[in-house]
Amino acid sequence: MSNHLKDITLKIWRQSGPNDGGHFETYKVDEISDEASFLEMLDYLNERLINEGNEAIVFDHDCREGICGTCSLMINGQAHGPERATATCQLHMRKFKSGDSITIEPWRAKAFPIVKDLMVDRSAFDRIIESGGFITSPTGGAPDANLIPIPKPVADAAMDSAECIGCGACVAACPNGAANLFTSAKIAHLNLLPQGQAERYKRVEAMVETMDEYFGSCTNHGECEAACPKEISIDVIALANADYRKAKVKNRKQLARN
Amino acid sequence: MAQVLHGRGPVTATANKSRKKRPFLLDLYSTAVGKKYAMAITGIGLMGFVLFHMIGNLKMYFGAADLDHYAEFLKKLLYPLAPKGAVLWILRGGLIAMAFIHIHAAVSLTRLNRTARPVRYQSERDYQVANFASRSMRWTGVTVFLFLVWHLLDLTFGVTNTVGADGEFIRANVYDNVVRSLDRWPVAAFYILANIALGIHLFHGAWSLFQSMGWNNPRFNKWRQAFATGFATVVVVGNVSFPIAVLAGVVGG
Ligand code: HEM
Ligand code: FES
Repeated sequence: MSNHLKDITLKIWRQSGPNDGGHFETYKVDEISDEASFLEMLDYLNERLINEGNEAIVFDHDCREGICGTCSLMINGQAHGPERATATCQLHMRKFKSGDSITIEPWRAKAFPIVKDLMVDRSAFDRIIESGGFITSPTGGAPDANLIPIPKPVADAAMDSAECIGCGACVAACPNGAANLFTSAKIAHLNLLPQGQAERYKRVEAMVETMDEYFGSCTNHGECEAACPKEISIDVIALANADYRKAKVKNRKQLARN
Repeated sequence: MAQVLHGRGPVTATANKSRKKRPFLLDLYSTAVGKKYAMAITGIGLMGFVLFHMIGNLKMYFGAADLDHYAEFLKKLLYPLAPKGAVLWILRGGLIAMAFIHIHAAVSLTRLNRTARPVRYQSERDYQVANFASRSMRWTGVTVFLFLVWHLLDLTFGVTNTVGADGEFIRANVYDNVVRSLDRWPVAAFYILANIALGIHLFHGAWSLFQSMGWNNPRFNKWRQAFATGFATVVVVGNVSFPIAVLAGVVGG
């Protein structure tokens, strides 16, 4: 049996476009099932707004199963809301109580400009990936599994980093607006695997320096790790920091050979 | 993955300088990660200084002759191989350079971080793990710096610490100078406050430097915070004991 939550007050950021100042607007949801997901609660509110002839609240979402990284939202001051290791689309209303007041804001960072209401443009992440988040060796058809033996702990560590869905919660949660967790997760994912070795140092230098153009600087608060829906550890940041230093030296030597 | 939107201006980068060719170290220092290496390395240097400074000052518990002799010894480091005071001045030069780089990196990274989020969150943040120490690095750092200026004026140059009406200050009488200074309770209070700020700075900083340098290994990761806490405690307890000992009359009584 599902229970129902009553009298939810929502304070939601409304902003008509990138250049609008924006403001909080208060909405009431009289009753909602505790089985509803957070986004379904917003759908329900939007349906009502549309029926009343008002503009729906714009927010990002796609897969709604926690794998695409499209959903966002700062919920009561926490990226992806109060539940650990959970993207907003996987957050459910049973995490809240009747009579609760919930404040919803978009991610805020210079590199994530607000498109409308709660939707932000995260293409700065694409710039980082484009600069080095790939391998270029021809891989041909699908190779046999285990053709390249990889020690289990290495495969596990690479897999843990590869879990990153690029949602931007790390940047949103970081008091400095730094993207070190995202960038380092992408670096660690490829740099740990044999396939990523050829471009390892070129990759680190390019990705770290592209990150530098858009984002703030890490001071090791650890808020990113706490906000990450995939619980990616700040250990990857240390790995990228160590690799960046090696890369600067090695790339310099390589260039000197040319 | 993030989406690309068409029909609007491009997302602008916070850094608009193109990367130009520079000497290697300057090039390294030009990135945020590079500045963090500089902060960590200079931080380690300054940590070494505060630790040995505290240990050296423990000599005051053995009396005036011991402390004054220790001050003389510092001047005579490597003497007669090097002239008197030469090594001490090299060490001082290093300290000044490290402090300058540390503060320069702190200021420029703080400004970078401000530009990275020009519009703050309009509702209250609910921090999960960021602690008082990590969030107050700038304040504790500035407190330590202001104290440092006062401390030099007081005990090195004697500007605020003179004997009698004729305004005399005898620099070599380290023990007397320290006792006379810390016997004034507002000075003792400032001294204690600044050292607590230093302890808070190091509680985060001495952990943070491992991450900045990429010193991360499952074998010792759990010791990193313990090291920072221990280091900060040793330095603060040692330093804070001096004004208390003077006020209680244990030293100079
Ligand atoms: C005016 C004086 C100072 C200022 C403004 C200052 C500021 C800062 C700031 C903003 C950070 C970065 C915070 C972080 O990354 O977590 C930092 C880190 C640090 N500071 Fe200071 N600080 C000062 C003095 C000192 C002193 C005197 C010491 C040592 C005795 C020290 C040791 C450290 C260490 C070890 C770190 C960690 C470096 C890292 O994370 O890589 N600082 N400082
Ligand atoms: S909508 Fe895809 S992760 Fe939330």
